[in-house]
Amino acid sequence: MRVRRQLEQAVAVAALGGATLLAVVVLIFILVFVLSKGLRIVTLDFLFQAPRDMGRAGGIFPALVGSIILPLAAVCIALPAGVGTAVYLAEYTAEGRLTRLIRTGTDCLAGIPSILFGLFGFIFFVTVMGMGWSLLAGALTLAIMVLPTIIRTSEEAIRSVPRSYREVSYSLGATRWETVWKVVLPSALPGIVTGVMLSVGRCVGETAAVIFTAGVALRIPMSAFDSVRTLAVHFYILAREGISMENAYGTAAVLVLAVLLVNTVSYGLMHRFIARRER
Amino acid sequence: MKWSGEHAVAAVLRVIAFSSLASLLLITIFIFKEGVPFLFSHGAAHFLLSSRWDPMAGEFGVLAMIVASLVVTFGAMVVGAPLGIAGAVFLNEFAPRWVARVLKPAIELLAGIPSVVFGFIGVMVLAPLIRNHLGGPGLSVLCASVILGVMILPTVMSISIDALASVPNSFREGALALGATRWQSVHMVVLKAARSGIVAAVVLGLGRAVGETMAVIMVAGNTVRIPISILDPVRTLTANIAIEMGHATGAHRDALFATGVVLFLIIMALNGIALGAMKRGAR
Amino acid sequence: MNRSAKIRIRNLNADIGGARVLKNITLDVPACSITSVIGPAGSGKTVLLRTLNRLNDLLPGFSASGEVRVDDIDVLSPECDVVALRRRVGMVFALPVPLPLSIFDNLAYGPRLAGIRQRERLYEIVEDSLKAAFLWEEVKDRLHTSAMRLSGGQQQRLCLARVLAMAPDVVLLDEPCSGLDPISTARIEEALTELKSRYTIMLVTNNTKQAARVSDTTVFLLMGELVETGPTDRIFIKPADPRTDAYVMGKFG
Repeated sequence: MRVRRQLEQAVAVAALGGATLLAVVVLIFILVFVLSKGLRIVTLDFLFQAPRDMGRAGGIFPALVGSIILPLAAVCIALPAGVGTAVYLAEYTAEGRLTRLIRTGTDCLAGIPSILFGLFGFIFFVTVMGMGWSLLAGALTLAIMVLPTIIRTSEEAIRSVPRSYREVSYSLGATRWETVWKVVLPSALPGIVTGVMLSVGRCVGETAAVIFTAGVALRIPMSAFDSVRTLAVHFYILAREGISMENAYGTAAVLVLAVLLVNTVSYGLMHRFIARRER
Repeated sequence: MKWSGEHAVAAVLRVIAFSSLASLLLITIFIFKEGVPFLFSHGAAHFLLSSRWDPMAGEFGVLAMIVASLVVTFGAMVVGAPLGIAGAVFLNEFAPRWVARVLKPAIELLAGIPSVVFGFIGVMVLAPLIRNHLGGPGLSVLCASVILGVMILPTVMSISIDALASVPNSFREGALALGATRWQSVHMVVLKAARSGIVAAVVLGLGRAVGETMAVIMVAGNTVRIPISILDPVRTLTANIAIEMGHATGAHRDALFATGVVLFLIIMALNGIALGAMKRGAR
Repeated sequence: MNRSAKIRIRNLNADIGGARVLKNITLDVPACSITSVIGPAGSGKTVLLRTLNRLNDLLPGFSASGEVRVDDIDVLSPECDVVALRRRVGMVFALPVPLPLSIFDNLAYGPRLAGIRQRERLYEIVEDSLKAAFLWEEVKDRLHTSAMRLSGGQQQRLCLARVLAMAPDVVLLDEPCSGLDPISTARIEEALTELKSRYTIMLVTNNTKQAARVSDTTVFLLMGELVETGPTDRIFIKPADPRTDAYVMGKFG
């Protein structure tokens, strides 16, 4: 009887371990596949030259620029709104109907798929607000998309600042905003930065919301109203239109590396932040 | 003199705090504004129940796409949920500390891979495999289900791990004290206790699968027809919007927004279920 | 009315979430002396202290009635400028709480908020307050290193110096030595004895022996009620109330 139970356990653990291994292997395979076929294409020329012939030849520089500027712009818009919301929720109100409403709204916003963001951005920013396919329309759309992430991570970071810091600040004659600006936010900074990096990672990998708002122009944007292409969009077009499989692999490699880099840094920051908090 | 500044700051923050609600409202209003009139003028019942989608002829029926979305999502659940939950159970209950500490972030990291890359792998690796060994065009329900399943796996695993980790150790210890093996304590006690959290994880994964666009466009085949076998190519609601939006005008465009409305409602329903399940679990 | 009373409390009642925690307290705190507040845990000592600098405003569900005056400031009035009040009534908390800044910035935090910007003036303030807290010699060469690296006793003296940097009239201390070793405790007591000539000091303490060592006046609170107050010698040698006697003798705690 006991032997049967031990056997059952051994089989179960083996199955579970096998499933986990399968999951890990599949994900690693994807990584290896893309990098092995793509990295050899990635040279300095590839990165910094302009594309020729719709991307059939040449480099990916404008798309690279696009993938840096667009997420940055989106975060610049979302950061004050997100941190401001978090500060308001954590420091300026007590829990009640209003805060629950805001939180529910934020959770709903977080669940909306990117194609609907693209649709909204297209009809609202591109058409109704008359921005056309532009960096600005794309940045605003992406900003709304990552707003819930920034609100959530910022609020958590702010709430984990010890209450005693606030008490000390107030007892020394600071007002509420002075306490927030000089003590709470600086202490919450690592957590906030983590949220920012996670958001940047998400923007870099995003395609559906970007294509319909920032357009597909393969040029370096000179103004906020210029259309701009990101690496993800460029990759999608190269692959789907069959323009150049080689360059597609190369673009994919750069894209994957960029996203992994951003996410690794943010996880590293998050762990440092948690470790410091638990000291 | 400090106080006027303070009041101003508080007022500004109060306005800013509504930005997420305002965005949600805007999104809901504008998508519904463009899509709902179409449903009234062309008939919602016809829209939802006809499987004929022919913009040139003015025929707009999304039944085939709704079925496609549901089938592909269900398939993604079949692939992703068992693997995700199994992985979560293994990492949280049986694996040594260091294994869990390495694998959990590694899997979450890999989840950051953009969806277009997943789709690409599907096209270049999985679709030919299916075509050569199972038949059909390769780009199919099966291909989309597998790719989507792998994409939602990290989400399901991550949230399931949180659910399992929040089961108090006393539950496990109690079962062990009664003579159960670790596996028995897990499947008889812990899994039951974490059930609503795991359900929430799966439902959230489903929500992501239903909303996924780019990967699905690349691997599902994009033919508008109700699938009979898993080797048939299909077009989901999301793919429909993305493929045709670029060149749609007039009634065609309105129909795509109406598709967006349908998608929106499905997602909200799924998220509502997930949040409800998580709240029940938290009690 | 005692003319040299710095703090005058009349009929102070305080509630937290509907429960009454201070019952009809009437008390004069004399200027330029050390007044200790003793009593078992839960008697309202901390609430009393925090009422004086309106720190209880941070507590949800707190309300107070009665009259509290620090010199000419009506503390409980809604028109009271709380920021200005807190500059005149400083507080040292039970556990040392250095802000995650350098030693210099910790001390300059309050003065900067009050509008003092010139470097020389700030350095002056920092040096004076560190000397008054008996910490100057130990940290004068590392003013710009993090305050988190100081030992517990040093951190608490830093917190005292931080309060003194505001040039307050009143210094409130809420069990400041509870986490400290005997040597650090002695240093703080030494500093307080030096400071009482310039400041009005109110010290909440669980340690009756500390109260006996250091204070001029003692206040005994029990379950929110002011049982007895008077010169420390008298309270400890011949208390008027039997409850005071029992507490002071250690019969309950």
